[in-house]
Amino acid sequence: MSQVRAVIMRAPGTNCDAETVFAFQQAGAVVDSAHINQLIRHEKRLSDYQIMVIPGGFTYGDDIAAGKVLANELRLKLGEDILRFIEDGGLILGICNGFQVLVKAGILPGSSPASQPLITLSSNDSGKFECRWVHLGVNSQSPCIFTRGINRLYLPVAHGEGKVVADPETLSDLNVVLYYTDEHGSSNAGYPDNPNGSVGNIAGICDASGRVFALMPHPERYIRHTQHPQWTRLKKEEYGDGFQIFQNAVKWAQGL
Amino acid sequence: MYRVEVGLKSHLPDARGRGLVRDIHDLGITTVSNVQVVDIYWLDADLTPDKLALVGRSLLADPVTQEYQLFTSPPDIKGTSTGDIRGGLEGRSPSNKVAKPFHTIEVTYNAGVTDPVEGTVIKALQDLGVEGVRAVKTARRYLIEGQLDEPQLEAICSKLLVNPIIQHVVTPEEVWFPENPQYSFRLKRVALLELDDAGLGEVRQQFGFTDDELQAIRAYFRGQGQNPTDAELETLAQTWSEHCVHKTFKGKISLGGATINNLLKSTIMKVTEELGKPWCLSVFEDNAGVIDFDGHCALCFKVETHNHPSAVEPYGGASTGIGGVVRDPLGTGLGSKPILNTDVFCFGPPDYPYEKLPKGVLHPRRIFKGVRAGVADYANRLGIPTLNGAVLFDERYMANPLVFCGTLGLLPKELSRRGKQQAGDLVVLVGGRTGRDGIHGVTFASEQLTEESAQASYSSVQIGNPIVEKKLIDVLLQARDRGLYCRITDCGGGGLSSAVGEMAAETGVRVDLDRVPLKYTGLAYTEIWVSESQERMVLATPPDCVDELLSLFASEDVEAAVIGEFTSDQRLQLRYHGNLVCDLDMEFLHQGRPQVEREAVWKPPRHKEPDFAPPQDLGTALHKILGSWNVCSKEWVIRQYDHEVQGASVLKPLVGRNNDGPGDAAIIRPVLDSDRGVIVANGINSKYGEIDPYWMAASAIDEALRQIIAVGGSLQRVALLDNFSWGDVQQPEILGALVRAAQACYDMATVYETPFISGKDSLYNEFEYKGKIISIPHTLLISAISVMEDVNRAVSMDFKVVSDLIYIVGTTQNELGGSEYFRISGFTGNNVPKVDPYQGKKLMDRLSLATERRLVRACHDCSEGGIGVALAEMAFAGGLGATISLPNVPLGEPIDRDDFILFSESNTRFLVEVAPEHKDEFEGIMGGISLANIGRVTDSEILEVYGLDNRRLIAAPLGELKESWQRPIRW
Repeated sequence: MSQVRAVIMRAPGTNCDAETVFAFQQAGAVVDSAHINQLIRHEKRLSDYQIMVIPGGFTYGDDIAAGKVLANELRLKLGEDILRFIEDGGLILGICNGFQVLVKAGILPGSSPASQPLITLSSNDSGKFECRWVHLGVNSQSPCIFTRGINRLYLPVAHGEGKVVADPETLSDLNVVLYYTDEHGSSNAGYPDNPNGSVGNIAGICDASGRVFALMPHPERYIRHTQHPQWTRLKKEEYGDGFQIFQNAVKWAQGL
Repeated sequence: MYRVEVGLKSHLPDARGRGLVRDIHDLGITTVSNVQVVDIYWLDADLTPDKLALVGRSLLADPVTQEYQLFTSPPDIKGTSTGDIRGGLEGRSPSNKVAKPFHTIEVTYNAGVTDPVEGTVIKALQDLGVEGVRAVKTARRYLIEGQLDEPQLEAICSKLLVNPIIQHVVTPEEVWFPENPQYSFRLKRVALLELDDAGLGEVRQQFGFTDDELQAIRAYFRGQGQNPTDAELETLAQTWSEHCVHKTFKGKISLGGATINNLLKSTIMKVTEELGKPWCLSVFEDNAGVIDFDGHCALCFKVETHNHPSAVEPYGGASTGIGGVVRDPLGTGLGSKPILNTDVFCFGPPDYPYEKLPKGVLHPRRIFKGVRAGVADYANRLGIPTLNGAVLFDERYMANPLVFCGTLGLLPKELSRRGKQQAGDLVVLVGGRTGRDGIHGVTFASEQLTEESAQASYSSVQIGNPIVEKKLIDVLLQARDRGLYCRITDCGGGGLSSAVGEMAAETGVRVDLDRVPLKYTGLAYTEIWVSESQERMVLATPPDCVDELLSLFASEDVEAAVIGEFTSDQRLQLRYHGNLVCDLDMEFLHQGRPQVEREAVWKPPRHKEPDFAPPQDLGTALHKILGSWNVCSKEWVIRQYDHEVQGASVLKPLVGRNNDGPGDAAIIRPVLDSDRGVIVANGINSKYGEIDPYWMAASAIDEALRQIIAVGGSLQRVALLDNFSWGDVQQPEILGALVRAAQACYDMATVYETPFISGKDSLYNEFEYKGKIISIPHTLLISAISVMEDVNRAVSMDFKVVSDLIYIVGTTQNELGGSEYFRISGFTGNNVPKVDPYQGKKLMDRLSLATERRLVRACHDCSEGGIGVALAEMAFAGGLGATISLPNVPLGEPIDRDDFILFSESNTRFLVEVAPEHKDEFEGIMGGISLANIGRVTDSEILEVYGLDNRRLIAAPLGELKESWQRPIRW
């Protein structure tokens, strides 16, 4: 089996890089952390990796709008590298702030020119940043590589701007991967099951290839039993729900 | 100059606006039906129309949710109008719903206040290829819909939208980009040697010296044969301030015929020295205390207060509070990674009537909301989980809130001692730029607040910039691992004067103040020297490392500048463009301060003893205590902190069946591939201090330790921090209370064998109003960390299995003095809870053994509200009912009242859930400890309490109890 190499991108304000590195290492990848300046200056090259991750955080303070400044930077300074990376079959994962960045850079949903994004992520309906655990359903029709074989997930969210907003036509074309549900898996979830007011309870989407995936919840925060908020009440499990996402990515990349 | 206005498209809900509507209704103004918020960016630039449109389209407005309008000259922005906004975003103004009256208020930051967004916008414009932007200003416009008269509008402005310390309402005369003043050098000397008494009095006042200090300073400069420069006096004032040097704690205190020479050394530090724990790696010598974690890594812990800035500007004051304490572990040893925050706040009651509020004081609710937001916004952006904390309420905190922020750090063990520089090593200032921020913050912190404080303090308060600090942390830790510097400290209170002055105490230093990177021109040399601009650290770097250091910092866009050099001449020399502006003997600076001498007295107060009859219905009392400000759920605060970032949390602040029960202590796993953990806990209860500060301190220590034991920890390796927030210690009674509290710290920590590793004090917390002094209650926060061998042994407080046995462990006494039960009945009482640390240690050791053997299914300590509250919390957190009998509760003295047994706040007590099959083993391990099986867990979803005569006193549905507990702060 070939060694899978993943790069976790870091920009000013990224703050979930260390645990994302750890999650991919646990899943068997060789992981590098790269500052965006290193990628722009080509001190590190995307083409050396099969997986690229934009982790959570508050890049550039989320000033102006969450992820906006990094999105422009990616689009204008790394746009071609990223396009080639996707064309070459690479996997891209955006978590939380990474979701906001990928959408605002026009990399997701993937069918639109960058200057005309069709969807966005905006302030939670509650007007608050909130950290809470959410139940997620997985769209079985989705081409997403990362969620293969997964039906449901229980993961934490922690964001103030996670509400997916899109016009109805865009919505029907969207590759929805994850949606917020209630405790029983029903997609009729209101607040706080849907923590931000996302249209259609959307929590994660991918591009048509299924290789570019972004989600608001944090799978890297639930890769082991003791991260579950109620683990002291539950039977011991080897891995947390989020771990499968990293395993799926590494497994797929091994085939590249 | 251009103006770009960005607003939400009209069909989308405005979450910020809806929050404001709620806040306005809270003010009692119910006529407002809607508020919309427009973000405004002013650009000082020369742009083509194409470029300007690009800025709106591709940067400032979200094409899906927002729309923007561009203006090439300032439009008419009159304060209030009816029916239309001239020059504004007509398309989304409320006027498309026609004819409702509305008001517009535009708010911007005052000149000199650094708005982080401006820097980001400039960077983003450069990315877009938009050149020629000289400066950016931001403003916010509120469109308030509804019938309002002038006073109401004024109330909304002053109570919600504008804090004059940092903001103002924009007027048509607004000058957006004023010319920065230039500074022309002129050396200033203060004619100290020639001044008469009146003149000396002024100097004393201006710099905050005592008479003795001023005498010593005069003698020194007489010996030097010349008058001091302003920079020299400022350096002495900062270095000798209470905030920096803790002169009360280190002073000579006489109490009842005895003299205490250095209270700190004879209590808090003494216990650590006597215990001599080998795992204490660095105590009381660095910016934070350090203990061994696992032989490879060390833990570094510090808690500080930021009280006075938070009183006048809650958001900025609190955010710089957390930003500052994070730099303590970062500046300890050779630098540690911040891994957890703990925050404890004390406010006035949120329901305090607005009309009774003293002039110049912000409403407690506004302070609470502002402080919470300031801490959360900063900590969340830094990516440090906030896992522990508390919020307390008392009317006397109203004008002088307390904001304790603490940070835990992790660093390699071999880097845990403070570094050492050599002559010739360079002084490198890294991180943020220096501005006029926070000048005289240290002397402000050491003074009493008055009605005028808000006006006088404007330069003392600033807004933090967390991303500058985050960038700094990221690159500093890389520099540490590459060994590019030999010593580090943070730039906090007193700015460079404290940081560099302390660092060079044993060597000497020469600093060129003109080499300090500035935010703007116009700063005098002394302002550069004492500025408290945030997000800065100082490094000592060997000359052969400096190039690599500077290029590493440059590679991540973090500023670093060589500003001077360490010498061997024991002098503090400052130059400004070659002119010597300060030349002080280090020994005088650090050893020349005369020790303060103070009188203390201690007279036990006598409060009225309650005389009310036992109520028939204890359920009502339980509901009332659960719903009291101190006991009620703080979920509203906790959820807005990121408590999951870094992926290390093992026991979170909210636990139980629905993730909403009040956990006792937090546990994290700082090294992700290890099972070793750290428990973080705190103890605080200022009400006991009204009866006796000795027992208040003892109770706070006991509480912090109880929480550690409750989650499955042990006393094996526990380190404590003390944070004293006190009133005016020049008052003998107030100082006497401080001495008693410090003595309890020594007594308790000695027996519990839990050393103090660091601490801090904040004195003169009081407010003068109409000639009357309102002092805060004596407040001691004890913060504790404990190393846990195996996090898989953690226990949470929620009931788990029906039919399990419920034990009370520990002895209940008639100790309701200062209790929540007395408080809801309007009494303080006198029987303050005491601590028997010998019994306490035995009990805690046994209980932790029982947990280690996995005999404990749930455990919760009894604190405010005693057994009653602890039981209710365990039940509704677990979603399971419980039934208990009070006659079984072991008493230390006869108590014939059910209500007293149920709500006594005796220390060192726990409620423990044990599986029936583990009964004998549990009782065996606990042998010799006072305990009793008082009931069991049921599937009834009802809490039942049976009294001394076996009558059912309480039969309360869990849902109702939980609702009482959650309702007060469901904002």
